[in-house]
Amino acid sequence: MTATASPVSPLLPPHLPPTLPHPRGPLSAHVLDRLHGPPGQPPAGPLPAPAPDHAPPTAWDDDLQLALYLCYELHYRGFAGVDPGWEWDPDLLRLRGHLERCFLTELRRVTDPLPLPDEALAGLLAADPGGPDSPSHHLLTAGERRQAAEYLVHRSLYHLKEADPQMWVVPRLPHPAKAALVAVQYDEYGSGHPERAHALLFARMMADFGLDPAYGRYLDAVPAPALAVVNLMSMFGLHRALRGALVGQFAAVEITSPPGAARLAEAFERLGAGPDGTLFYREHVVADAVHEQQVRLTVIDPLLAEEPELAGDVAFGIAATGAVEDRLARHLLTAWRAGRSSLRTAPRPAAAA
Amino acid sequence: MSATEPRIPRVRLTERGPVLVDGPVEVVLPDGTAMHCDRPVVALCTCRRSRRFPFCDTSHRRRRP
Repeated sequence: MTATASPVSPLLPPHLPPTLPHPRGPLSAHVLDRLHGPPGQPPAGPLPAPAPDHAPPTAWDDDLQLALYLCYELHYRGFAGVDPGWEWDPDLLRLRGHLERCFLTELRRVTDPLPLPDEALAGLLAADPGGPDSPSHHLLTAGERRQAAEYLVHRSLYHLKEADPQMWVVPRLPHPAKAALVAVQYDEYGSGHPERAHALLFARMMADFGLDPAYGRYLDAVPAPALAVVNLMSMFGLHRALRGALVGQFAAVEITSPPGAARLAEAFERLGAGPDGTLFYREHVVADAVHEQQVRLTVIDPLLAEEPELAGDVAFGIAATGAVEDRLARHLLTAWRAGRSSLRTAPRPAAAA
Repeated sequence: MSATEPRIPRVRLTERGPVLVDGPVEVVLPDGTAMHCDRPVVALCTCRRSRRFPFCDTSHRRRRP
């Protein structure tokens, strides 16, 4: 299928796997070391699993979050030069299980006590869930262009595969909810027009800001708080046991997106973005206003009518999404208010290539 | 796709939010302007506070002054 019917020349980055990043500690070094070789061989040394008594402080570390990200990316596009067989390597899956339990324990801790799903949804429906102390407010009122570019780099790890983590849940849903979730996903993928897929709109926005929109290009630059946002979705999506949490995550993102997206579109315009540089967020204001209604009325309500025991998991998914987003917001605002970059390394622009 | 009857577009009213209409639709404004929207579902603003009127932008969430 070609996209020549689009009035705007669509930017279709080649479908290539990203290159492996640099390690950030013993766990990620261990995973990277293994991925360089063939799968199916027992590891040479013992697994450097995190000590259980250290679980809370290490769950948010760069090392653990990157190791988890590497394990999950094998289920999406993989990495250049890495054998695709690693996706189902039992030893790597065992290590992933350790990392997930560590992350999940911490998420359960920070979201305790859980509200009821109705209360959790009502909280999201506040006019401005992020409050005035959010990165989008900062970018609108005091942001600099380099900070807008940093924001896109953080978000690129998800938005360049937007909607993919939520696809894992589809076969795990009962029928009315399944059809409704797929209807939302169809819109995320461009409603049959590949050039309108949200991931491609994001790529065009990155290019407008002089960034390289290649998938996974900035993995080395992205710190743990932004990795955790993506790891949360992958973990919820890949575990049938966490399908309720995935639906909660999906709802939380769709419901909270429109006010923030409207502010980001305005902020980016103020910072000199062209039409391509605001299209993604302008699209999300209207698209997610529809999706929030669809998710609540046609996904969550029928799902909980069918499987009421999932209510706690839906609430957990909503609360955990809030927890990882709050953490990322604090990271961004702390760095920006101190005049520092919020990235680990300066992102190299696209044009130099 | 039903083989027995034509598909009827669904219009769903929500409690305090927009009207959800199966797309694609053409929305005609009072001044005669026609707007085309080919989303699978279109959310039409009923509170008249949307900055993207006639489409919902979730402005109905703001409390009335």
